[in-house]
Amino acid sequence: MTDRLPGFSTLAVHAGAQPDPTTGARATPIYQTTSFVFNDADHAASLFGLQAFGNIYTRIGNPTQAVLEERVAALEGGTAALAVASGHAAQVVVLQQLLKPGDEFIAARKLYGGSINQFTHAFKSFGWNVVWADPDEISSFERAVTPHTKAIFIESIANPSGSITDIEAIAAVARKAGVPLIVDNTLASPYLIRPIDHGADIVVHSLTKFLGGHGNSLGGIIVDAGTFDWSKDNKYPMLSEPRPEYHGIKIQETFGNFAFAIACRVLGLRDLGPAISPFNAFMILTGIETLPLRMQKHCENAKAVAEFLSGHRAVAAVNYAGLAGDKYNNLARKYAPKGAGAVFTFSLKGGYDAGVNLVSNLKLFSHLANVGDTRSLVIHPASTTHSQLDDAAKVKSGAAPDVVRLSIGIEDKEDLIADLDQALSA
Amino acid sequence: MNHDTYADNYIREILNGVKSIAMVGASPVNVRPSYFAFKYLAQRGYDMIPVNPGHVGKSLLDKPFVGSLREIGRPIDMIDIFRNSSHIMPVVDEALQLMPLPKVIWMQLGARDDAAAEKAEAAGIKVVMNRCPKIEYGRLSSEISWMGVNSRTLSSKRAPMPTQGMRLSLNRMSVGGGETTASDRAAKNKNDPT
Ligand SMILES: Cc1ncc(COP(=O)(O)O)c(C=O)c1O
Repeated sequence: MTDRLPGFSTLAVHAGAQPDPTTGARATPIYQTTSFVFNDADHAASLFGLQAFGNIYTRIGNPTQAVLEERVAALEGGTAALAVASGHAAQVVVLQQLLKPGDEFIAARKLYGGSINQFTHAFKSFGWNVVWADPDEISSFERAVTPHTKAIFIESIANPSGSITDIEAIAAVARKAGVPLIVDNTLASPYLIRPIDHGADIVVHSLTKFLGGHGNSLGGIIVDAGTFDWSKDNKYPMLSEPRPEYHGIKIQETFGNFAFAIACRVLGLRDLGPAISPFNAFMILTGIETLPLRMQKHCENAKAVAEFLSGHRAVAAVNYAGLAGDKYNNLARKYAPKGAGAVFTFSLKGGYDAGVNLVSNLKLFSHLANVGDTRSLVIHPASTTHSQLDDAAKVKSGAAPDVVRLSIGIEDKEDLIADLDQALSA
Repeated sequence: MNHDTYADNYIREILNGVKSIAMVGASPVNVRPSYFAFKYLAQRGYDMIPVNPGHVGKSLLDKPFVGSLREIGRPIDMIDIFRNSSHIMPVVDEALQLMPLPKVIWMQLGARDDAAAEKAEAAGIKVVMNRCPKIEYGRLSSEISWMGVNSRTLSSKRAPMPTQGMRLSLNRMSVGGGETTASDRAAKNKNDPT
């Protein structure tokens, strides 16, 4: 038997899933249960002691969730994954393994507004101090490194601006600093960009967006690249030191190149509690089966809409990395040759008021705070997702007051263009 | 051969082929990784022999400890060394005195001695380093997928229900991920001084 290399679409349909052992059900069943019986006391003790593979309680893991985890790990080229209740939960669980109070992490300034809030306020209250850097100026990451730095966090394609991050350049900074690079790959999905191939050590997603793809279920995931040596120095005791709650086992020594995903599950999820529901795991898993098809259509539509807008007299500027001549077009060609995603911004000559009018005149685009739905979406970030930032921070994160963000769906592109045309002319 | 990464088929042939495994450094302490790897492999149907001179007279899951490989007194297919890298060479030297020779020498996760590996390979013995047979068995059978681990295998056949003493099928379609960019890079990073 020779080793085959199945392609991305085959993995999107098959990875992690197998016909059910008892019923033969081909689709992955929804294991809607809180708990799982033990064979005997010894089996229970082995499971609790992390000595045997198996299920205990859905806050720690669930068979439907496990299929989702293996599926995304396979698509990202990682060693293992942990699914959680939301993208935000994934970020908390990751950093809890890496930071102690008083530690620092460096984050790109261009991030989803909710992440900027989470880092600035919630994480600050845990004593995890964010230091901002500019993804358009790699040296700002180098300058931000201190002896307290424990991780670097970036988005592959940034929300809302749609700009592309030079992952390899920032991975080099992380490697030199001896800290892991965490990449939020939500807006690209592994179909467009696989950050691990470019040097990421940990990938996180809001599954709520393109992976689930239908705007119906929240979820998040953490993928372990298996690339980081947690025991090299004493920086990451959660992984390198004996864990009292598990009879003194050392997580990296015991689990090798998927130790980080295990730590997130048995030290993070188990104690913090943001488990994904089996039903949501099922919905997202079903969505992933069509990820390659949807992403092709999302990108084709986005490019057509961006081209239409850049020729429109009411439009001041379109920021879509897939357009020739865009500031990020070279990075898009390098990192996302199949397409620059479907989330981007543009600004209107009429400024803030024109943006507000446009949003209210659209008939097909939905005005809401999400991206990565089959439906086309529109929002004015300055008054919503990024409203808690001051004006200077809004501009830096790509959400200036005159900017409108689109998330292009998989409808017929002619209909999307017609809707924008009538709304811009109204 | 290159010991940074292994093709799934190399590991699969070893785990499908061997029947008896002597575990050097097996611990009777039930929270040590060697204990639960021993137990897992015994439950999957391997004929396990615990080797540890410090525990002769005791048993591990009803198997009596032996003090050295020599004292096993019957042919063994594989030696699984649960010792640090610095203690590998004497065990390999001892293994090379056995008649017949073992077919496989396996060094646990974290353990690697390239000189010892070369010596064993020169004698026709297959070598695996820095891997855990429990993890590899769990991965190739996809049993480890319960933990969200990427088994890097696919199958459209009805899954077996793992029960005690049962051999699982390791013959799933491989995704060839043993040589993913990521794991190559991991191995390289570990070897590059920073
Ligand atoms: C890039 C990015 N990361 C993280 C999140 C947070 O994900 P969730 O809403 O699933 O918590 C979002 C949500 O909009 C996002 O766009």
